[in-house]
Amino acid sequence: MRQAEEKPEHRPGSGEKFPFFPLFKFSSGSIIFILLVALLLFPSCRQGKSGHTIVVAGSTSIQPFADKWAEVFMEKRHGVVVDVQGGGSSAGIQAVRTGAADIGMSSRELRDDEKELYEIEVARDGLAIIVHPGNPVDSLTIEEVKSIFIGEITTWEKFTGQKKAITVVVREEGSGTRGAFQEMVMGKSRISRKAIVQDSNGTVREIVSRDPNAIGFISLGLVNESVKALALNGVKPTEEAILNREYRLVRPFLFLTKEAPSGLVKEFIDFVLSEEIQELIHKEGLIPVRPITRSGG
Amino acid sequence: MTPLERNDRLIRIGLLMIALSAISILAIITVFIFEQGTPIMFKYGLKSFLLGRDWYPTEQSFGLLPMIVGSLMVTAGALIIGVPLGLASAIFLTEFSHRRLTRILKPVIELLAGIPSVVYGFIGLMFLVPFIRENFGGPGLSVLAASIILGIMILPTVISIAIDSIRAVPDSYREGSIALGATKWQTVRLVVLPAARSGIVAGIILGMGRAIGETMAVIMVAGNAANIPDSILAPVRTLTSNIALEMAYAGGEHREALFATGVILFIIIMILNTLANVTTARQRRK
Repeated sequence: MRQAEEKPEHRPGSGEKFPFFPLFKFSSGSIIFILLVALLLFPSCRQGKSGHTIVVAGSTSIQPFADKWAEVFMEKRHGVVVDVQGGGSSAGIQAVRTGAADIGMSSRELRDDEKELYEIEVARDGLAIIVHPGNPVDSLTIEEVKSIFIGEITTWEKFTGQKKAITVVVREEGSGTRGAFQEMVMGKSRISRKAIVQDSNGTVREIVSRDPNAIGFISLGLVNESVKALALNGVKPTEEAILNREYRLVRPFLFLTKEAPSGLVKEFIDFVLSEEIQELIHKEGLIPVRPITRSGG
Repeated sequence: MTPLERNDRLIRIGLLMIALSAISILAIITVFIFEQGTPIMFKYGLKSFLLGRDWYPTEQSFGLLPMIVGSLMVTAGALIIGVPLGLASAIFLTEFSHRRLTRILKPVIELLAGIPSVVYGFIGLMFLVPFIRENFGGPGLSVLAASIILGIMILPTVISIAIDSIRAVPDSYREGSIALGATKWQTVRLVVLPAARSGIVAGIILGMGRAIGETMAVIMVAGNAANIPDSILAPVRTLTSNIALEMAYAGGEHREALFATGVILFIIIMILNTLANVTTARQRRK
């Protein structure tokens, strides 16, 4: 870095240049501006249940979809604010229990100790096991998938005859998709330490689409032509197979409330279950549900 | 007190307060990380954190050894690639190239520092990773890919500081050496480089700091497997990636374990910086 020329006389306020690294110059004005913006935004995230605001929080798998539903809802109902937040399924369940959120979102089934909440299934999401489109394998059993992800089967030899090492790609610890995979496929077994870890469905798909030896799992709605979704136990992940529960890797998208839904909360839930939004859900790759309202004890 | 003196004093106090605010932010960050990260380390034992090989934070298994080794490997790899290249460029640009060429090339190299790291990561993912997978085997996302990307990323730091310190060597040294019959290369190797050593080492230390702290580009090309790599073609996870990768959904003890990762990163950086400072100070005394 260049040294600034030393000047014998220092006249404050004469606008001399300091030897800052030119690329990272923040004026104090801009910092204050950022802080002010943060202050303005922060309280709005914390608004509880006032008459025209409902807070929806939980599963980050549902969040992007719920954002859209909320957007459409707010267009129709002027003056109503639906605030959608992430945090994960467990945080969502916790938030609705404590009253921090009006609606909790969970992408896993409730545990027995959580059954006191009212649950409304708004959609279903399948988990697809994906490989490179050039991979000759079309179908695996769930046991085989499990062995691959545990790290017991390390090459494609058994399936294709080629002795190529399998590149296992998974999501990071804590992600809802990984949680669903762990629960539905792995059970108590651990995913291999050697597995490559990516922090979004998109990057998992990207890597599998480029590596001929890769295998990974992503949300069914995000499968496109760049990867091949495998059939499991001979069942292809089609909408039909999911609806009649033949394809096993399916998780529910649940809305949870503390008490029986009423008022604005009920209005929003009914809206999500309406034909319009269920069609939108279908378009986005999720599996719509019929409006079945179940309520626990 | 004249008004001018009073102004002077006000400005001095104002500047002092601004300087202190910067330091106090550093102190607050330190206290915060340690406050959040240390309880869980003592709860499960320091040993299980530092020497555990299993990172399954949702199952109370918080071994950080793979990430510690990963960070050190990737940083060493970056230095192995970046330092010879950077030093060679600096020597060429100061001692051998035409002055006009240097005037064009140096700003271009400094521009490299302004490229966002995500761009480096993206280029690495698009070109370097497939290249490694097709030519050397393995998944491509590897120690090697991360080292090369980081090696390139530290180049501007290493080069521009080395150039400045080589330029700071007085011309009389070079003239004396040439006058004694040394060749240009001998002059560079035996006179200029030793005289510029402390500045060059300082540049390397800064580069090392950048390499160990870099996160985004590494996440994109390293593969992030929480496992001690058995070859340079195996995927690797660094301490910084560990935090950035899992922060989004982490709650409870998992979150605390990520802060503990931060504590260990903090300590490692402190140790490396101290070591580097001590060695340069010792060299200077010789």
